[in-house]
Amino acid sequence: MNSILEASAVDCHPASVPDYTPLSELRALQLRRLQAVVLRSWQQVKLFRLRMDERGLTPEDIRSLDDIAKLPFTVKSDLRDTYPFGLFASPMKDVVRLHASSGTTGKPIVVAYTQEDVDVWTSVLVRCLAGCGLHRGDIIQVAYGYGLFTGGLGAHYGAEELGATVVPASGGHADRQIMLMRDFGVTAMCCTPTYFLHLIERASELGVDMKELPLRAGIFGAEPWTESMRKHIQDSSGIEAFDIYGLSEIIGPGVGCECRQHQGLHIFEDHFYPEIIDPESGEPLPDGAEGELVLTTLSKQAMPMIRYRTRDITMILPDMCQCGRTLRRIGRIGRRSDDMLIIRGVNIFPSQVESALLQIEGTLPHYQILLTREHGLDQMEVQVEVTPQMFNDKIGALQELHQKLQGALDHVLGIRVRVALVEAHSIERSEGKAKRLIDRRTL
Amino acid sequence: MKIHQISLFAENKPGHIAAPVRLLEKEGIDIRALYLADTEQYGIVRMIVSDWRKAACILEAQGFVVKVTEVLAVEVLDHPGGLADVLEALDQTGINIEYMYAFPDVREGKAILIFRFADPDVAIMQLQLAGINLLASDELLKD
Repeated sequence: MNSILEASAVDCHPASVPDYTPLSELRALQLRRLQAVVLRSWQQVKLFRLRMDERGLTPEDIRSLDDIAKLPFTVKSDLRDTYPFGLFASPMKDVVRLHASSGTTGKPIVVAYTQEDVDVWTSVLVRCLAGCGLHRGDIIQVAYGYGLFTGGLGAHYGAEELGATVVPASGGHADRQIMLMRDFGVTAMCCTPTYFLHLIERASELGVDMKELPLRAGIFGAEPWTESMRKHIQDSSGIEAFDIYGLSEIIGPGVGCECRQHQGLHIFEDHFYPEIIDPESGEPLPDGAEGELVLTTLSKQAMPMIRYRTRDITMILPDMCQCGRTLRRIGRIGRRSDDMLIIRGVNIFPSQVESALLQIEGTLPHYQILLTREHGLDQMEVQVEVTPQMFNDKIGALQELHQKLQGALDHVLGIRVRVALVEAHSIERSEGKAKRLIDRRTL
Repeated sequence: MKIHQISLFAENKPGHIAAPVRLLEKEGIDIRALYLADTEQYGIVRMIVSDWRKAACILEAQGFVVKVTEVLAVEVLDHPGGLADVLEALDQTGINIEYMYAFPDVREGKAILIFRFADPDVAIMQLQLAGINLLASDELLKD
């Protein structure tokens, strides 16, 4: 195994030192932090206290890391049901930041950070970027959305703390992104992989050859992507593409990231404890077995998450990485254990579409969600069959209906989708039930 | 005085008007007038047919979304100014036209205007007061 010194010659940022903590020390640290976060949640978070009581558990029952399996799970709907501040473990005066992501009923999910949480978040991002071979002197363009979405600000703070020059471009405006990349001599991009595919295509239309640019790395996340997409990105742009993982409920981007070995994503285990469970039974599975990833925040103050079910299907890789980090790795996320879709980095549940349609009509018309990928960008079309109740023989009334549906879907989903009114019975039905989702996205 | 008009929802795609029209033809239903109101994505096919009850029945049985609305028909002389005279008279009454369309009556050298008003009964009274001659259903559909 590499020594810390050898390894740090590659990823030379002081923040990366915990990546190489000897295993016994790391496990001891994890246990101390787990005990502390369980105690804190038990004292401060009503829902968690209640669930512990139901199981006859107290914080003293956590004596080893394996005891984590006794603890109750936290699920996405818990955040929704306690909206907005029900899971906070810190008083608002200690909360320095709120972020929010789309929820299943139009209400967002709120997450909170103390200053300490922001510092931890920043430090894991530094470790991600350093692990990708970036350092002071790099010019990093952040093309994740800035705002309530955690992607933009998370990557921004990390890149700045790394000592790099940050270009906070935020999302959208492909032509301007490409101009900035070229004119500023950007060396690394942070965005979703599909957005980068779009930039590659657009650059070639504009006559900009990405391979001629100083750009050498891309840190891509917020949606699942594949090895073949990586190959396509690398071949057509000449950069090294890294997969980064995170979710707002845990902290945002930076829960895990690939190193230059590109053999799975290291989880920053000193802050986020990973487990794999059988999504049906909830039983823990051993390293190497595929199941649902469950994460516990070990150091989070404002909003700790105990055994949060991510619904992402992956495995903990059983062996150690060649890079020398002692942090365990998860395989790349390929699918989910629920029906959540990730469209342009935004989480969408088909049930949200139903609730939006119900809001307008009162009864649910037949509908279908059609996903396609145009210019590397996911497109979502919702086709709605016109029912006799909806039909009006005035064009103006139909257009009004169309706009109402569009407005309700935009509001509930948080992204722009296409709405198409289609003829009754035009959506294919199998055994009387309409197929709700057609996914035609390919690389 | 009121005429029953049949409206269909149709996507703006090739073949989407032919299908219902063929269906009516097979059942021996005569289409007296057909008007298409369209947007980029979809349209409304409005028809005045020889037997609206049967037509609506047939179309609904085939899965079409059908709406029957009451419209008014006005006959004007097919010469310059004929249409303007009627429209000006309508303006005077102050009632709002939701939509209208016109087609020539080739047999009589006249034109027929079809009007849709929010409240056809009020419109009938107003039009009659304004001296505008309304066509009855059997006059419109006579062979």
